[in-house]
Amino acid sequence: MAVTRFCIRSYPQDLKVFPSPAARISLVWLLLFLLGLPFFSGKYITFVAAVCGVSVISALGLNILTGYTGLISLGHAAFMGIGAYTAAALANKAGFPFLAALPLAGLLAAATGAVVGIPTLRLRGLYLVVTTLAFEFIVEHIIYHWESMTQSDRGISLPTPDLFGYTLDTYESFYYVVLVLAVATALFTKNLAMSRTGRALVAIRDRDIAAEIIGVHLAKYKILAFVVSSFIAGIAGALYAYLLGLISPDHFTFNQSVLYIAMIIVGGMGTVMGSIIGAVFMVLLPEVINAISSPIASAYPILSPRIGAVSVIVYGLVIILFLLFEPNGLYGIWIRIKRYWKPWPFTY
Amino acid sequence: MVLLDIQDISISFGGITALGDVTLSVDRGTLCAIIGPNGAGKTSLLNCISGFYKPDSGTIVFEGQDISKYRPDQIAQRGVARTFQNVELFANMNVIDNMLLGRHHHFQIGFLKNAILGYRAKAETIHRQRVEEIIDFLEMEQWRKHLVGSLPYGVQKRVELGRALAQEPKILLLDEPMTGMNQEETEDIARFILDIHEELGTTIVMIEHDMNVVMDISERICVLDFGKKIAEGTPLEIQKDPEVQKAYLGENYESVLEGARRS
Ligand SMILES: Nc1ncnc2c1ncn2[C@@H]1O[C@H](COP(=O)(O)OP(=O)(O)O)[C@@H](O)[C@H]1O
Ligand SMILES: [Mg+2]
Repeated sequence: MAVTRFCIRSYPQDLKVFPSPAARISLVWLLLFLLGLPFFSGKYITFVAAVCGVSVISALGLNILTGYTGLISLGHAAFMGIGAYTAAALANKAGFPFLAALPLAGLLAAATGAVVGIPTLRLRGLYLVVTTLAFEFIVEHIIYHWESMTQSDRGISLPTPDLFGYTLDTYESFYYVVLVLAVATALFTKNLAMSRTGRALVAIRDRDIAAEIIGVHLAKYKILAFVVSSFIAGIAGALYAYLLGLISPDHFTFNQSVLYIAMIIVGGMGTVMGSIIGAVFMVLLPEVINAISSPIASAYPILSPRIGAVSVIVYGLVIILFLLFEPNGLYGIWIRIKRYWKPWPFTY
Repeated sequence: MVLLDIQDISISFGGITALGDVTLSVDRGTLCAIIGPNGAGKTSLLNCISGFYKPDSGTIVFEGQDISKYRPDQIAQRGVARTFQNVELFANMNVIDNMLLGRHHHFQIGFLKNAILGYRAKAETIHRQRVEEIIDFLEMEQWRKHLVGSLPYGVQKRVELGRALAQEPKILLLDEPMTGMNQEETEDIARFILDIHEELGTTIVMIEHDMNVVMDISERICVLDFGKKIAEGTPLEIQKDPEVQKAYLGENYESVLEGARRS
């Protein structure tokens, strides 16, 4: 009985996004680090950090669809592409400002998401995967062949974004925009996951019969998952476009879709922390491989053409190893380490 | 007053008639049992009421509305809750989350407000309170944060009952709530069902094989056999019904019914 009383007093605490003070403190440190990053690192690292941020946003979007709702999509890069090209077209051809192009990119991607979601209501598992795959290829095809709009593989450039009268003409300034949006997306996703809506999504993933019997409208929530996920992907795509300044069809290919699936698997499906860690990990991995391999390549020039292949193999290996040995991903490993060090029953 | 009025529903699966022109009406506030041998169509009847099966013909009127063509979630929202013969739970969630999911349609706030912390916390606290009351009621305090998939079968059935209760249903459909339980667990569940019936005044339709329990706690009994309703009445009437004795209990019916009468 004593236990019950204690727990009853702690409902509000159960409901907090960051229940323990320790978690909140380490979060503040992390945030300070991220805020200071451009000051103590070079231009290139700031750029890579911004790419990480864009990937985090996008991975969080995919996590809502695949991680929480269990709908596997191989078309995530296509939604990003729609967002990116919408922003590029609006900014380049119609002169839309950043603050208008960005949400419109998200909205068009979301509308497409709703349309793609409808046929998937009747599909499950592999059939759904194949449908989203077809969607990916259709979008790739359109981007490549709609020359008048996308300029095909010559790429389309974007003007320097403006925000409240400031010109974001450096990686540093745009990094902060990405950082703010990444934090906002993470908080949104976390809140969503802990709410009625999030529980309904997970319910559909875990057991759709049971979800229906308690009153969850399956079609509505599946479409909702598609819409929210593709909206976030569209925003991420637009940010990516502004960050690069020039986009071309090969930024949004099937490979990229697979990469995003890999991010949420490696980080840990169905967790916000997992998507964040996974996205950062998968963006940094090739950088690390590069840093290790470039001295090797300069010492043995004969190997240099093979280095690219090696990085692809390492990528693949990482995913397979996670699938085999750690289905809970990097975040799962982190939780296990924490639990090991925490005298579990007494901290409550 | 009639709460649920089933008129002549039929459903067949490739030649097998699972239900043939079954008519049953359930008054508000009664505890009604459905019995019958395996394959008689009892689960199919519940599936029709809760919308998983669409009857080939007939009507199912709940509170004056024909629900026979509604989706399961629409029917749930109108106040029909159920449990399954083989539990249908969210195995990867804990007991509290399973029951909170039962409160899905009691949340009145939309998706965007949901994702904003202040609103979410306020709404959640209210529903959490209700869930804790149900956990108290079903005496499951010790398991509240356990993953449902790791709990013993008997406890899982209780979680499922709790999730149905969390829906605050007008009618509760229970498919063999005591199957696979030991004597003690059976008695617990029987007591809970009686408490739900008497304290909350919930109308209950229950499929059950345990004759002692059925005769003991139900007010009306409906007997199905090969998709047909062969009898309906009070426990005493059913015990005396020769048709029931023949169809349902086979050769050694007398000993079973005698046993039920004595206990
Ligand atoms: N979804 C289904 N597909 C095919 N046959 C079914 C289906 N549901 C029920 N049946 C058949 O209908 C009959 C009644 O089944 P059921 O309602 O489960 O019986 P009970 O619950 O009384 O044991 C059985 O012969 C069963 O095989
Ligand atoms: Mg059955």
